[in-house]
Amino acid sequence: MSIILDNVSFKYKDSSRRNALTDVSLEIKKGEFVGIAGHTGSGKSTLIQHFNGLIKPTAGRVLYDGQDIYEKEFSLRELRGKVGLCFQYPEHQLFEVTVFDDICFGPKNLGLEEEEIKKRAEESMEMVGLDESYREKSPFELSGGQKRRVAVAGILAMEPEYFILDEPTAGLDPKGRDKVLKLLKKINQEKGITIILVTHSMEEIADYADRLIVMDEGKVKFDNTPAEVFKHKEELESIGLTVPFAADLTTDLMVNGFVPEGSPAITLEEAKAMILASYKKDR
Amino acid sequence: MKIIKIQDLIHRYVRKDDDGKEIETIEAIAGVDLEVEKGQFIAVLGHNGSGKSSLAKHINGLLMPAEGTVYVKGMDTQSEADIWKIRQTAGIVLQNPDNQIVANIVEEDVAFGPENIGVPTEEIWERVAACLEEVGMTAYRMSSPNHLSGGQKQRVAIAGILAMEPDCIILDEPTAMLDPKGRQDVIKTVHRLNQEKGITIILITHKMEEVVEADRLFVMDHGKVVMSGTPTEVFARVDEMKGYGLEVPPAMELTYELRKEGLPLPEIIMTKEELVKELCQLS
Repeated sequence: MSIILDNVSFKYKDSSRRNALTDVSLEIKKGEFVGIAGHTGSGKSTLIQHFNGLIKPTAGRVLYDGQDIYEKEFSLRELRGKVGLCFQYPEHQLFEVTVFDDICFGPKNLGLEEEEIKKRAEESMEMVGLDESYREKSPFELSGGQKRRVAVAGILAMEPEYFILDEPTAGLDPKGRDKVLKLLKKINQEKGITIILVTHSMEEIADYADRLIVMDEGKVKFDNTPAEVFKHKEELESIGLTVPFAADLTTDLMVNGFVPEGSPAITLEEAKAMILASYKKDR
Repeated sequence: MKIIKIQDLIHRYVRKDDDGKEIETIEAIAGVDLEVEKGQFIAVLGHNGSGKSSLAKHINGLLMPAEGTVYVKGMDTQSEADIWKIRQTAGIVLQNPDNQIVANIVEEDVAFGPENIGVPTEEIWERVAACLEEVGMTAYRMSSPNHLSGGQKQRVAIAGILAMEPDCIILDEPTAMLDPKGRQDVIKTVHRLNQEKGITIILITHKMEEVVEADRLFVMDHGKVVMSGTPTEVFARVDEMKGYGLEVPPAMELTYELRKEGLPLPEIIMTKEELVKELCQLS
């Protein structure tokens, strides 16, 4: 069970510039929590639109569970139900009169029975933490973070197997951001839905993702566990990215011999544990 | 000299249902006293809904106090005769760059403000040239704003305010919708205007990394100023900050955690470099 990009290249038609993607090969397995990072223009938005067939590669193949999605008998419509894509500022795409209607919109389009649609919408609302009282509210009276959770619920109600989110925390304050990220972790762990998180924030990836794909100039620059990728601080900085504070700090502490050589810590908790262990050993 | 003086400010808004019946009255600002010296760089922190944006709109007379008074350079914002002078003295840059660009060409957009206040044509063009230079956008003078990145659009918006020759610029979450590069460019531009031209800056944000160099911080919560001081003073109160849904610099947070575990570190450590140095001196 996976999505495979096999030597995918893509060039925008009206563009005389270089390829937006060049020879990208990667596999996203069912159940993973993957972070995709890269500065603006690195190709990450183009990349994710290949996962559900919104963009057709100029060269190369896209396989869903081993099947080429551009073969005649393959249904792209079904694929888009299985691979949900949440664009930046999804709240701008809310348009129904009530929160509940908005969440029902996706499953309705899948052609499901009325009962099933309601059931899924109710479950999704509960999953994202919007109680009954929100059901009949207008999406437009909600806060930014709440609106975003409505958009997430709408995609969840389609019961996707893969859920791609482009900068889901942009513009949210720290509290709103944590809520959205914790929600994604919960969806990943409880429902086994694969999460593909596109973000500028290496901290978010360090705290939540098991795997990090770094894009640069349309190519995959790194594809590994966050801890492994964060060992390449200078290369990351040269392409406009940073490593999380914890990795940066513990790398420096290794150089200074305060903590033993090895993989850097990626979260503040890990850094704290690492520093305490070294400090106590020295006593 | 005090450029901004806010006394006992209260701002209320009324929520109405579909029939126009009043449901509730909310105090977005619930008694704020605040003074800003000319030439200072001030930051107002707070989570979404804390009242910080309402406060920004009071400072240039976009909102009027329900109670209390706001003085800008000695002028009361409630005095109708002074309102245009006030808005020229204190210009505001908003969150979404697309909501504040009015013209089809960059230079015309920058000229819009001074034209409206009756600056002679020749001087308008002098100001436009100088202000675009100031924000590093001279090369885009004849471009269409549509083709600019978010960070570039924000710098054009800042140039448009600068062209009115204000004493003070208020920025309401100017980087919320930008990528890291655009964010840096905008923040750097703002600092330069403060240092080189002595323009008073009031930066409204929830990103702690943007305020570490401010002269003074105000933290808002539930419509009140709940903390104030230099960034170091404010960030040292880690638990309080977190209680208000805000973050502190990671070095500060980790230091705080390590001190709780009994490590003899100084109370205030703001940067990674300081923390590495202090830790290495322990062993």
